[in-house]
Amino acid sequence: MRLLARVGRATNDFFEYTGGLTLLSAESAGFLVRLRIRVGETISQCALLGVQSLVIVVLTSLFTGMVISLESAQQAVAYGFSNLVGGAVAYASVRELGPMLTAVVVAGRVGAAIAAELGSMVVTEQIEALRSMGLEPSRFLVVPRLLALLLMLPLLTIFADVVSILGGAWIAQEYAHIPFDSFMASVRESIGFVDVIKGLLKTFVFATIIAMVGAYQGLSTRGGAAGVGKSTTFSVVLAIILIFASNFVLSFLLFNK
Amino acid sequence: MNDGERKLLARIDDVDLAFGERIVLRNCSLDIKQGAITCIIGLSGAGKSTILRLLDGLIPPDTGHIYLLGQDLCHMSEDKVNQLRQKIGFSFQFAALLDSLTVGENVALPLEEHSKLSRSEIRRTVLDALDSVGLLHAYDDLPAELSGGMLKRAGFARAIVTRPELVLYDEPTTGLDPIVSKLITETILKLRAKLSGTAVVISHDLPSIFAMADYIAMLFEGAIIAYDTADRIRNSSNPIVQQFLQGSEAGPIPI
Repeated sequence: MRLLARVGRATNDFFEYTGGLTLLSAESAGFLVRLRIRVGETISQCALLGVQSLVIVVLTSLFTGMVISLESAQQAVAYGFSNLVGGAVAYASVRELGPMLTAVVVAGRVGAAIAAELGSMVVTEQIEALRSMGLEPSRFLVVPRLLALLLMLPLLTIFADVVSILGGAWIAQEYAHIPFDSFMASVRESIGFVDVIKGLLKTFVFATIIAMVGAYQGLSTRGGAAGVGKSTTFSVVLAIILIFASNFVLSFLLFNK
Repeated sequence: MNDGERKLLARIDDVDLAFGERIVLRNCSLDIKQGAITCIIGLSGAGKSTILRLLDGLIPPDTGHIYLLGQDLCHMSEDKVNQLRQKIGFSFQFAALLDSLTVGENVALPLEEHSKLSRSEIRRTVLDALDSVGLLHAYDDLPAELSGGMLKRAGFARAIVTRPELVLYDEPTTGLDPIVSKLITETILKLRAKLSGTAVVISHDLPSIFAMADYIAMLFEGAIIAYDTADRIRNSSNPIVQQFLQGSEAGPIPI
């Protein structure tokens, strides 16, 4: 009976969480569609969530491009396919690792920040104060963060793609003596504009996941500082899992021929 | 104005409310009379702050009705409730100012969101509200830079800046020294005079309550067990009320 009760409670919690997340997302989407947007707040969130994530995204993608190049160049030179190294780096970066790793890094930094900020606002009654003034927390707080991420994550991913390819080109040149021109020619042969666009399409889904999971987790915080900590951790874990899972589904839908 | 002449501004009608297994209110009814300060007293955790949240539509009752300005909050859409909330000011126990905004920006927020006033008119109104609570100098300060008493007064300024018909004060003097408590009490009375409005105050601070209350309601075990003018409550024969007012351990209130 205890097991049944536990299963029942877990099922109930799952549907309650999913329902709440869906409702908050639908409400926020409604405000976006009706253009009920706080422009000033959105711009400052773009700076806070996007611009300030640039360094960490650039560093992560630089080393990712370098390591892909290092691994593939070793094999390629050994088997005489060094002209394919650029393509391997670009293919992996633009279609998969660029969008996904950028999203994971942003989820760790920004998703946590959103959950912590909104969670602190819940426990200090600031959210209730907003509601008491007739202001919807979703429009006031969630929409600017969602819109900022929808705008900034694709831009960060473009940076990540470019830096990753350049890092790969540098390692290929230094380590496997593959000339930069030859590397870039291989890049151009392997990926097209459509690949870049499809890669960027993924980022809109990832941005929505990061913003909505962080916001919902923050807004459903209970308890004091411990509750904020739990919300923050859980939002990052859940967002990363959802990013990986949705990346698989999106790759299947976008790239599977 | 005598009791009979005052109209009702709000009414809590036979409300039941439970949070999970814990019953907070049971058959609770209370009238809020227009132009009066109604103070709600009761033990800690009795559900006094919950009554303010019910009046503001922040939480719905399980059963019963909440009437505000002649409308039943329980049968209104969230949009309609939001419109009605613009006629209510809520001063939270810990002020609940948005910590990313300055005091001036916090007080300006309801005007920026709901009024069509120009930027200069908003600034003038905000300065006037801050002046009413003696915080003119704190316009550019962040909430983290204010003392407890100043925070409460900044919360008052935000609550009254739209000139609401009803102001709800949640424990305005709790945690403050007697001098600041007196200042807060005087501020509430001054704001009532300025707005010609109605106020509901939750407090444990008896000197403050008797200094400002027109009516006092005592909440005990989920229901209003006594409601009358401040003088009549002071002389009430109800043993629960008397035990509470005297702060005595002996009596019908279980410790």
